[in-house]
Amino acid sequence: MTLLNTKEDVLNSSSVARYQKERSKTDLRSKVSKNIFLVGLLFFAFIVLYPLYWMFISSFKSYDEIYNNVWSLPSVWHFENYITAWSQGISSYFFNSLFVTVLTILLVVLVGSMAAYSLSRYKTKWINIALIFIIGGLMMNPQVALIPLFEILTWMNLINTHWALILTYVAYRLPLSIILIRAFFLSIPKELEESAIIDGCSEFGIYYRIYLPLSIPILITTVVLTAYFAWNEFLFSTVFIDSSDLKTIPSGLMGFRDALRTDWGVLLAGMVIASIPMVILLVLLQKYLVRGLSEGSVKG
Amino acid sequence: MILKRIKLVPVLFLLPSLLFLGVFVYIPIVQNFFNSFFDFSVFSQTKEFIGSRYFKELLEDKILLTSFANNIKYAVISVIFQVFFALILATILEDKLFRRIAPTLRVIYFIPVMISISVIALLFSFIYNPQMGLLNSFLELIGLESLAKPWLGNATTAIYAVIAMSQWQSVGFITMLFIVAIQKIPKDLYEAADIDGAGRIRKFFNITVPQVRETMFVNVLITVTGSMLVFNEPYILTNGGPGISSMTLSVHMYQLGFIKDNMGYASAVATLIFVVTAIFALIQIKVSGTGKDE
Repeated sequence: MTLLNTKEDVLNSSSVARYQKERSKTDLRSKVSKNIFLVGLLFFAFIVLYPLYWMFISSFKSYDEIYNNVWSLPSVWHFENYITAWSQGISSYFFNSLFVTVLTILLVVLVGSMAAYSLSRYKTKWINIALIFIIGGLMMNPQVALIPLFEILTWMNLINTHWALILTYVAYRLPLSIILIRAFFLSIPKELEESAIIDGCSEFGIYYRIYLPLSIPILITTVVLTAYFAWNEFLFSTVFIDSSDLKTIPSGLMGFRDALRTDWGVLLAGMVIASIPMVILLVLLQKYLVRGLSEGSVKG
Repeated sequence: MILKRIKLVPVLFLLPSLLFLGVFVYIPIVQNFFNSFFDFSVFSQTKEFIGSRYFKELLEDKILLTSFANNIKYAVISVIFQVFFALILATILEDKLFRRIAPTLRVIYFIPVMISISVIALLFSFIYNPQMGLLNSFLELIGLESLAKPWLGNATTAIYAVIAMSQWQSVGFITMLFIVAIQKIPKDLYEAADIDGAGRIRKFFNITVPQVRETMFVNVLITVTGSMLVFNEPYILTNGGPGISSMTLSVHMYQLGFIKDNMGYASAVATLIFVVTAIFALIQIKVSGTGKDE
């Protein structure tokens, strides 16, 4: 728009005519290229969806049919595969995952927002050091800490408990969560807290009554990102949890596979059950998830 | 007195986070470094000091060499697919031609990102299965059965089969990051280019690429760092096999520590992983300015 208003278009009105002529030519060309690109996009969508569709369809099949009729729909729909999967262990993995995920979320949101509050409201040398300490946590990765964490958790008597997962998940999710929440807190107008102080609001009151309610969107982002991480985490849940009763879904599925041997339909049903919560989360809270992933730019 | 009480609040609010990070993130990193100089096993309480012997062993470790080569293959292929392919995909999706269908496709491409790696890996063990696998059945269907092979059981193809699965799962993630970056490009840049009669390809190279350069750089670093750490995919699909053909640094470390019970040497491998990834992470933090005041 701005370009059209400059003197250039007055000086050179023929360029508009040329532009229009060019357009009709490119219209035809772009129709062809549009269809080529569309086919490409749909083809890629097919590559992404087909394995998942196959997983879903095959979860209703018997072993024989999975083995012999890879592509076909089930001749008999074995809905009982889901009941078997649920009762043979998936239910316990599911609730373990749910417990670990919910507690991780609560702790991350509480502990993280408190730290973010301090970091956004105060400016001293020590606050800066604390900020660097927390951002530095982003550089550390669980793989490197695996063996010492195993020792520390053994020493704390937490190995083979859900707390081994919850505490370590919280620790590794805090840096990103604090950075996201702090950035949001910094955008809250200072006048709000000043008037709150005049009204006699305590420090805790400002955090609890002003900052938290105003920050619901970023807190939802934090919840979604944490849920995604805790629900899918594999390494810690494999190494720190030994007993099958305590395993979460990602590590539980491995044991499930070994126990089932060839009962593939049931295994696939278990895999579908494990995936459903996250797909629902994606469809419902896409906006918050994308925001967090892009602002954090750190792979879970 | 009052002044001191006020100063207590920021400390109390920060303390839990600092404790979490100190105990479960920083102390383990330091401890891992010290562990590299000791010989110990999971259950023994005693650690025997052996100096830098394990670091010297690293230099002669054949498995380590294979692992590192695999990590590099992982990184190179991932950068090509997850960064370059994802950028093209994001550009096409953001084109106004596909405004109606793009939101649906975005969600579809993102679904694999959300699904647990163990589900994905189990699913791909069905796809790669030599007897009934989808991949071989598909090749048979289109008359290319000569290409069918036991993808995971073959020492040459195993690591590529693992890498291919990662691409399938992660392209949607990087695409999403590019989409966000492309949406931030001022629209009048494209409008001006339209008036100049620039085609799609010119606009891509002259506007989109320069404008998302920073995101591109960050995405390269994320992908490379992720490739250096990769554990779940090879561990579940092949456990490093057949032989050591699809081993990666993290799988090597895990096996040394928890299978072969050589914790000290495993720690030395972990220290190596730390050094490699810390370099990339430092660059990333410097470039992306994470945590800077907006």
